Order: sequence, then C-alpha cells, then structure tokens
Amino acid sequence: MKKIEAIIKPFKLDEVKDALAEVGLAGMTVTEVKGFGRQKGHTEVYRGSEYTVDFLPKIKLEIVVDDAQLEEASKAIIAAAKTGKIGDGKVFVLPVEEAIRIRTDETGAEAV
Amino acid sequence: MIAGSPGRPSPFLEIEPNVNTMKAITHKLNQSLLIWLFVILPLAGLSPALMADDEAAPPEAEATEEPASSDTEEAESTDEEESEAAEAGPVDDYQGLLDNQGDGAPAFDFFATSMLWTVIAAAMVFIMHLGFSALEVGLTRSKNTVNILFKNAFIIAIGLITYAILGFNTHYPGEFGGWLSIGGPIGDLNADGGDTWGYGGLGLAMTGYGDFIFQAMFAATAATIVSGAVAERVKLSSFLIFATLLVGIAYPIVGSWHWGGGVLAAMDFKDFAGSAVVHAFGGFAALACVLILGPRKGKYDENGNVKPIPGHNMPLAAVGVFLLWFGWYGFNGGSVLSADPTPLGLVFTTTSLAAAAGVISAALVSWIVFSKPDLSMALNGALAGLVGITANADIVSPWSSVIIGLVAGVIVVFSVIALDKAGIDDPVGAISVHGTCGIWGILAAYFFQLPESGVVLASQIKGILLVAIAAFAFSAVVFGALKVIMGVRVSDEEEEEGLDKAEHGAEAYPDFN
Repeated sequence: MKKIEAIIKPFKLDEVKDALAEVGLAGMTVTEVKGFGRQKGHTEVYRGSEYTVDFLPKIKLEIVVDDAQLEEASKAIIAAAKTGKIGDGKVFVLPVEEAIRIRTDETGAEAV
Repeated sequence: MIAGSPGRPSPFLEIEPNVNTMKAITHKLNQSLLIWLFVILPLAGLSPALMADDEAAPPEAEATEEPASSDTEEAESTDEEESEAAEAGPVDDYQGLLDNQGDGAPAFDFFATSMLWTVIAAAMVFIMHLGFSALEVGLTRSKNTVNILFKNAFIIAIGLITYAILGFNTHYPGEFGGWLSIGGPIGDLNADGGDTWGYGGLGLAMTGYGDFIFQAMFAATAATIVSGAVAERVKLSSFLIFATLLVGIAYPIVGSWHWGGGVLAAMDFKDFAGSAVVHAFGGFAALACVLILGPRKGKYDENGNVKPIPGHNMPLAAVGVFLLWFGWYGFNGGSVLSADPTPLGLVFTTTSLAAAAGVISAALVSWIVFSKPDLSMALNGALAGLVGITANADIVSPWSSVIIGLVAGVIVVFSVIALDKAGIDDPVGAISVHGTCGIWGILAAYFFQLPESGVVLASQIKGILLVAIAAFAFSAVVFGALKVIMGVRVSDEEEEEGLDKAEHGAEAYPDFN
C-alpha cells in the first residue's frame, strides 16, 4: 500500500476528487494548508502599510491506495491539478505499513 | 484554528446519544411545538378580545337602543347616563394622564411622542456597543477576541451603573457656569413633575428618566472608544479600573462644562451631539493611554517600519460599522431632544450624507495613496464622517454635510497613516476617527453653520482644546498611576499566547474552527 500526499491549488480540489472517482478511488482526507515552493508570495496592503505574504493557501490531499492503483491514481491527480503555472503543487508517495478499517477490523488491501 | 488542549478530552465525548432516541425526542418536541404555535398562542392572542366582549356589548346595545327608543324622558336620560358611564371608562383614564401633566396637558401628545422617540434613540445608542464590539473584534487577532468582548461588556455595564450612582447628577447639576459639581445618585426621576412637560419643555421634551437613560447610553460610548485603541496588549484589571474612573468621573465632569451649563456653555460652545465631549474626549483619552502603553509586539521592526497586523474578521468589522452607523441615528437624532419634525429630518439627512461622503472620500484616498482601495479605511471613513457631523448636524445644510463628510474621510486616512508611522499603535483607528475628526467636527460647526446659528470660532477652538487637554491629562495621570502601581501591560509571553488564554483561560474559537 502506498500513501499519496498531494499539495494542490485550492480551486482544483473538485476536479481532482472527480478524477480520482473516475479511476475508482473514492476515499481521501483533505486539509487546508499554507505553503510555498518556487511560487513567490505577494504583497498586501493593510491600512497604509505594505507587507509580504509568503505562505499561500493550498490543499493537502491524502489518499492511501493499493500498489496496483498507485500509477493511475498519481496520473489522475496530476492531470486534474495541472494548470501549467507556477504553484501547481507536488505529489509525494510514501510507503504504508498497515491499514485497518475501524468499523470492521479489516486489514490490508480490503481496508483501503 | 487551534484545537483544544490534547490532555483534556471534551466531557461530551462520554455521552453517546442513540440516534433513535434523539429522533423520538425531537419528534415529540416538534409535536408540542406545533400545538403551541397553532393552538395555544392563537388562544392567548384571542383571549383579550374574548374577554372584552362583555364590556363592548352593553354600550353597543345602548347605542342601538337610543335612536329607536321612544320612551319617556326619564328612561331616556337614564339610558344616556348609563351609556356615558360605560363609554367614559377609557377616556377617564386618558383624562387622568392629562391631569397628571398639570399645565403641560395641552402639550401631552407631543410630549409623549418626544419621550417615545427619546427612549427609542437611547436603545439605538445602545446598539453602538454591538457595533464597537464587532468592529474591534474584526480588526484584531482571534487570540484576543474574548478579551475584547469582555472589555466591551464591562464598559456598558459599569457605564450605566456609575451614571446612575453619580454621573447623571454630576453631568447636569443645573446652571452652574463653573468647573466642578459632583452629584449623587439618581432618585425618583418621575417625582416633582419629572414626568411632565415641565421637566424640560420643548428643549428637553422627555421625562427625567428619559433624560437619564439617553445620556447614560452616551457615557458608555465615550469609554469604549479607548478599549479599541489599547486592544491586544492592555492588562485587563488595569483597564477596567481606568474605564470605571473615566466613564464614572471624568466623562460627567467634562460633559457638565458643556451640556451641564458649565464654563463651555457660558461661552456658547456649540457641540450638538458630542463631537467634543464624547468623541474627542474618548479619542484623546485613548491617545494618552496608547502613549503610556506602547505598541503591540511585532508591530514595528528594529528600524521602526510598520509591520501590519491584519484583523481576523472583515465581515464582523463591516457589520460593526454598519451597526454604529445605525446607532448614530439615535445618537444624533435623539440629541434633538424632542420629536420636533423640523430639526429631526435635517439631522437624519445631514448625518446620513456625512457618513456616505466619508466612505467615498476615505475609499478614494486609500485607493490613490495605497493603489488599492482599503475596506477598513472605507469603514473608518463612514465613522469619520459621522463624528464630523456630530457637532453640527442641526445647523448645517445637506450639502455642507457632504463636504464635512468628504473632508473627514480624507483626514481620517492621513491621520491613521501618520499615527502609525509615529509609533502610535491604534489597532482600530479610534484616535483618528474620534480624536482628529472630533476636532474637525467642532471647527466645521463654525465654518459651515447656517446663518444666525451663533457659533463663534474662538469658543469652538477654546472648547475643543479644553476638552481634549482635559481628557488627555486625566487619562495620562490615571493610566500613568496605574502603570506605576500595578502595570498596564501584559507580559510578552501573555501577549504572544493571546489575551484570551492568558487573561481568561478561554478561547473564542475552540475546536477546529
């Protein structure tokens, strides 16, 4: 099993969710985060004084998939989240040791 | 947002409601709610009508009998007497109200209308506290929200109580042309004709209690101006003591110089609804406190450059300003002190136009100066216009009020920038809105007065200087003393952690919010 952590632009969330549903993956966890990579921040003005905002709002999407589905899941996410402009985000793949469904105590691939 | 502390799980986790029980309970509630709505409430509403039927019947019966009657004179006169006795009931009560008015009886309807307007206006001025609370919360950080709300709740409470204990009678000691006349607690303000036209005549067409409650609401608004300026770093206990003294003692004394018939009244100082004695008073008190208190941590870097600390809730700030604007109709409108239609319509008009003009000019100036239109500046512009018109709403023309508002909006933007750059940290712009624009309002009363309004420039200048210096001096002394005795500022750790946790042990937004 692998866990995909994807940082994407917030307005891309629905597209990514739909794309994952199309390849048969319907479960995920989503968090609002702030961050930056190469995308620079921007200046804002508040009551006459300027300040830079470095951290930009993003969405972090976490989904645990079976090894067999890893490639199509990543491809779906990337295709849906891409805009071609700086700040599109990143996909990270991590190994998962165990997964257990709380309601039924199923483990492994059935739990995902 | 920050979650609750991990070591302390919520006590509600132990209760596990069964879904079916909940459905059963709410179903029963819905049923009883329906019974209440459609059976009991209509019966309750109808009951007076049902009970009144007995009284209504005989006069009607008498009335229909009379024209048809061809009885003897005796029978006729008995019928008339009976019908008069039955009809006179409600009219008798009204006559009783008139008799209570003594010589003022002919003016009763106008007196009653004016009193009604006065108490409504008092309630509208109270709404300004909702406005202040929302505005201050919106323009500060969420970690200090509970603290700000607590200060606001306390101020209205202590303001009303101290005004009853000594404020009202200190504010209005009667003609004294002097400086100081401390009064005592209010007694029965309805007594000795206090509930008649004789209390104040046309110039103060309300009962003693109406006068009291309207002015009491004003007192608290003056103190709450300070709470915004000192937000996010003032020590709660010190602030509460200071606010009590400011609203309890300083406000009525300074106010008595003008509205109480003191030195300012003697020089014909014009301040219709309190640009000086309420707004500039609060603004300069705030200035003194902020100078003693110092700026928030992180507001200025090592070189003295401003590092903005944005507010956490713009919707609340905007709603707060609109509530203040709404309340201002009571503030200015109620200051007509009667339901006299002539000044009332003018005051509502000038107040509205000044606020509107303030929004526009502040927004435009911020757009030009910052190259982006700033919402918080536009909102401050509305308040600036309102403060600017408060001194003169009844003696300027509508177009003058537009100019007064436009100028106020420009002044407030530059004042906010100037104070910020001077190292005077005012999170909500209270000093600029109330202090700077309060001065403008007093001067505008001279420059824009309608003919024969009798405003004298020298008196205006003397008056506003007097009020500003008095407020500043009182606050400097008292707040300075508090700094020495008990400190007026929270520690650095407390300021970083947030006053909600440090002073109240609470969060405004617990859980994931």
